[in-house]
Amino acid sequence: MSLPDAEREIMEYDVVVVGAGPAGLACALRLKQLDADLMVAVIEKASEVGAHILSGAVIEPGPLDELVPGWRDAPPPICVPVEKDEFWYLGKASRRKLPTPPQQNNHGNFIVSLGATCQWLADKAEAAGVDIFPGFAASDIHFTDEGAVGGVIIGDMGVDLAGEPKDSYVQGIEIHARTTVLGEGCRGHLSKQLIRRFELDADSDPQTYAIGMKELWKVAPGKSTPGLVQHTLGWPLDSDIYGGSFIYHLDEDRIALGYVCGLDYADPDFVPFEAFQQFKHHPMVRELIEGGEIISSGARALVEGGFQSLPKVEMPGAVLIGDAAGLLNVPKIKGTHQALRSGMLAAGHIAEKGAAEGFDARLRASPVMAELKKVRNIRPGFNKGLWRGLLTAAIETLTGGALPRTLRNHADHEELEKRAEFNPPEREWGPRELPPRDRLASVYFAATEHDEDQPVHLKILEPDVCTERCTEEYGNPCTRFCPAAVYEMVEDEGGRRLQINAANCVHCKTCDIKDPYQIINWVTPEGGAGPNYQNL
Amino acid sequence: MKILVGIKRAVDYNVRVRVKSDGSGVETDGVKMSVNPFDEIALEEALRLKEAGKADEVIVVSIGPGDVQQQLRTGLAMGADRAIQVEAGDTLQPLTVAQVFKALAEREGAGIVFLGKQAIDDDSNQVGQMTAALWGRPQATFASKVSLNGETATVTREVDAGLETIEIDLPAVITSDLRLNEPRFVKLPDIMKAKRKPLDVIALDELGGVVGVAPEAGHHAPPEPRGRGIMVDDTAALVAELKNRGLV
Amino acid sequence: MSKILILAEHDGDTLNPGTAKAVSCAQAITAHGGGDVDILVLGDGIDGVAAQASALQGVNAVLATNAPHLAAPLAANHGPELAAAADGYSHVLAPSSTYGKDVLPHAAALMGVNALSDIMAVDGERAFKRPVYAGNAIVDVSVPEGAVIAGTTRSASWSAAGEGGSGAVQDRAAACEAAAHTRYVGLEGAGGDRPDLQTAPVVVSGGRALGSAENFDLIYGLADKLGAAVGASRAAVDAGYVPNDMQVGQTGKIISPELYLAFGISGAIQHLTGIKDAGTIVAVNKDADAPIFEVADIGLVGDLFTVIPEFEQQLS
Repeated sequence: MSLPDAEREIMEYDVVVVGAGPAGLACALRLKQLDADLMVAVIEKASEVGAHILSGAVIEPGPLDELVPGWRDAPPPICVPVEKDEFWYLGKASRRKLPTPPQQNNHGNFIVSLGATCQWLADKAEAAGVDIFPGFAASDIHFTDEGAVGGVIIGDMGVDLAGEPKDSYVQGIEIHARTTVLGEGCRGHLSKQLIRRFELDADSDPQTYAIGMKELWKVAPGKSTPGLVQHTLGWPLDSDIYGGSFIYHLDEDRIALGYVCGLDYADPDFVPFEAFQQFKHHPMVRELIEGGEIISSGARALVEGGFQSLPKVEMPGAVLIGDAAGLLNVPKIKGTHQALRSGMLAAGHIAEKGAAEGFDARLRASPVMAELKKVRNIRPGFNKGLWRGLLTAAIETLTGGALPRTLRNHADHEELEKRAEFNPPEREWGPRELPPRDRLASVYFAATEHDEDQPVHLKILEPDVCTERCTEEYGNPCTRFCPAAVYEMVEDEGGRRLQINAANCVHCKTCDIKDPYQIINWVTPEGGAGPNYQNL
Repeated sequence: MKILVGIKRAVDYNVRVRVKSDGSGVETDGVKMSVNPFDEIALEEALRLKEAGKADEVIVVSIGPGDVQQQLRTGLAMGADRAIQVEAGDTLQPLTVAQVFKALAEREGAGIVFLGKQAIDDDSNQVGQMTAALWGRPQATFASKVSLNGETATVTREVDAGLETIEIDLPAVITSDLRLNEPRFVKLPDIMKAKRKPLDVIALDELGGVVGVAPEAGHHAPPEPRGRGIMVDDTAALVAELKNRGLV
Repeated sequence: MSKILILAEHDGDTLNPGTAKAVSCAQAITAHGGGDVDILVLGDGIDGVAAQASALQGVNAVLATNAPHLAAPLAANHGPELAAAADGYSHVLAPSSTYGKDVLPHAAALMGVNALSDIMAVDGERAFKRPVYAGNAIVDVSVPEGAVIAGTTRSASWSAAGEGGSGAVQDRAAACEAAAHTRYVGLEGAGGDRPDLQTAPVVVSGGRALGSAENFDLIYGLADKLGAAVGASRAAVDAGYVPNDMQVGQTGKIISPELYLAFGISGAIQHLTGIKDAGTIVAVNKDADAPIFEVADIGLVGDLFTVIPEFEQQLS
């Protein structure tokens, strides 16, 4: 590297928020509501607010009522009241209706595009005086001389593949703030460093994750039922992989279709993207979307660890909120209300105390945590398979989580089994015809874009492991769990090597999580790069 | 010398454009909007001329409803000195747009009207040429190199036959091609500074209003998909087929 | 009844094929309600070009305007001349080349009318189709009565009018003075050993199946035999076989050659986006299921390492 070693320009704020998701925007907006004199900045790596947001999403409106009173009179652009819930168990060609679990009763909730909702929320935050900077990646932490978090460093722009400055080179600035709020979402790359540095997870279980994939479809007129919320379990997953689908019927013949797979699966040859595509060929889904058109697609990892995996959410100078902390409620399949609420809670704390100290206790004493505690054993109950999981879920639901036990979580990357030791299941997966035909075609619908002449943002810490040990032991699962075909093993005159198609990356973070050797480190590419999701 | 730069708000070039199912246009709901890339190149060149001491002021101009202020702010953040929004509905024809630029050029006493060669939404590629015609000044379209020498400019143009060079007297209209330069990144502090730069709003009627008869746009349709052609069995059959079609 | 004037494009000696294509478009207009098609040739010493224009099928008259200041294809001179010559015509057309696009809108503005770019189909005397959003949408446009229709014709959409016509060549005196404010300096050919990828009529492209930078010589060799430009898929660029500026596709160059030959390219949608407007696509790939065969006009399942040498041999 021979980048200029000049002093970075500095901008000062009272609070800098990393990530313009629901948590970060709620925090920023609430800060201005509480104290209009506070200087608040929000840094967002996507080219515009919402472009990296991907969620179902059915949301509970409670926190929004508090944050934006009267919002129902001028709702976000896509906002359909839930009319009906359905819960299905699928066989390859069959389906059976199950009673809807009480956590998934969505009466009074709304189906939204979370991306469009964040844009809508960003407009309100800007109107309140928040400075929002989309297209800039917070690539590093600025530490004060005392070792506290003192703000963030924006990534340089215009660096070439070899790390040399191009003509367009612009050095990133430092944003200094009394408090830094990390709202990066699941597996935030700064949050990950800080959790390690301040040992925030010393007293909690490892965080656990899932990968969620989503497509937005425009279906043939009359096929969708606006307000219908459907969830499925079962096919195409074998019973020891945790996961299922969502089918949310929006207005204007639009349907949001998604699939979630727990990343604690053991099969090194499992391809989550393929499971999603197989699911779309189940007669129930196929009938719905055939003859329609895919509009947008993408993927994002989500947190599943809940109560027992929640790290300490404060450190000197900074707090974690939303899914950067890990607040998603798995049985509800919802995190947005938790994100909004934690963001507002952090805002209240910072406005009152002017510091991060004390936020952890405040969050743990709040309804955010009470909600997670109640359902803490449901997700780990599925570690022993679908049927044991459903039984645990029933017991935990009946007792309201009052039983004096807490099931443990285990790190997802340790759950992968070696090829030699794994007994591959019989999967009756068939040929497919519905688009996208493969992961590369799916990436096309994510409109992902990276300048190809920039350093590869997926850092392989020990490349030899990929071509030797991993090939031998796991058969390079990165080439399968990545939903964007970033990783390829190629053989050419240079021998066998791992080809990283970084430009395909949709910033889902699955590789950073599931790689069995933990040698893939996801860092931020140039600001503005990545997917350009449309209404996901 | 003042340089006027036209900045059009257009669907971002990364967006996969879809025709609306009723054929009334293309889907713009929830779609990212940006500065038309060719206009960004024009602005970059204008800024470089100013930085080289060859121009005194760079003014960005956009025509349309209030939304275009977003793109004007981007232009100001890149380094333009001030901005003008000409308030108008969002479907003006090139002739009217040219009339606006001519009127503004005269009002401001501009030395160069710098525009993108075309907008990536309607792909017309007309406004620069029309502005020069109405203004009675030289046009240098599809510029890949611009050098100013006092009262004249030497412009290299990317034409089908290669690179054409012309010399023009100023004031003049120049339109940018893709290879003219690579626009700079906006710096974060400059976004804040841009908020404080002047942005004037002028009514379209003040600059001559709508001129000319507008063609009426009707139904929009997606392009016909390419179909599967024929398969041949060997190289000989391939070459024969190509010769047969007069392609080799 | 339409009365159509077409601005001819030429290099002083030879008529550019875009002109004959514009004649086809004009004939599609006169097919609705009849009319005449004239061609305007501007230049200095252009009798040969005028004769070529008059030989195009369906041309009524060729107006040849010779003047020293029209020798160079400057819009500052050709634009006003076209506008003056257009008097009395219902339609004024020019090919959608850099020349036509430079001159026609200039003339249209002088005539006080809007213009249509890239006419790709004719639905009536005053009704057309043209592409917008880089061809991702095709829009119907109609021009209300009363206005002269000015437009450029998209070359890829029209076949050239045949020869065998016998239009009358008429000398037409220049109506406008030379513009003093614009001076032609010169033209430099595209340069380099091979044609420019962006504008070449024939392009040979290679993918990762080539396996190495050295093996890419096979592609260069065939391209040189065909006088073609060379392109590559992103996979080949990423693997380092060829430089970045040769990449064809969504994040590379969007091209529309008359003939595109793809060797060892699977045809990811990102690549196909870059060649969707190519005239004829030829695909050679070992994998019969490769997506490129779904859009190829001529496909051959085979190993490029045997096909390319055979191809070269059979060409000579």
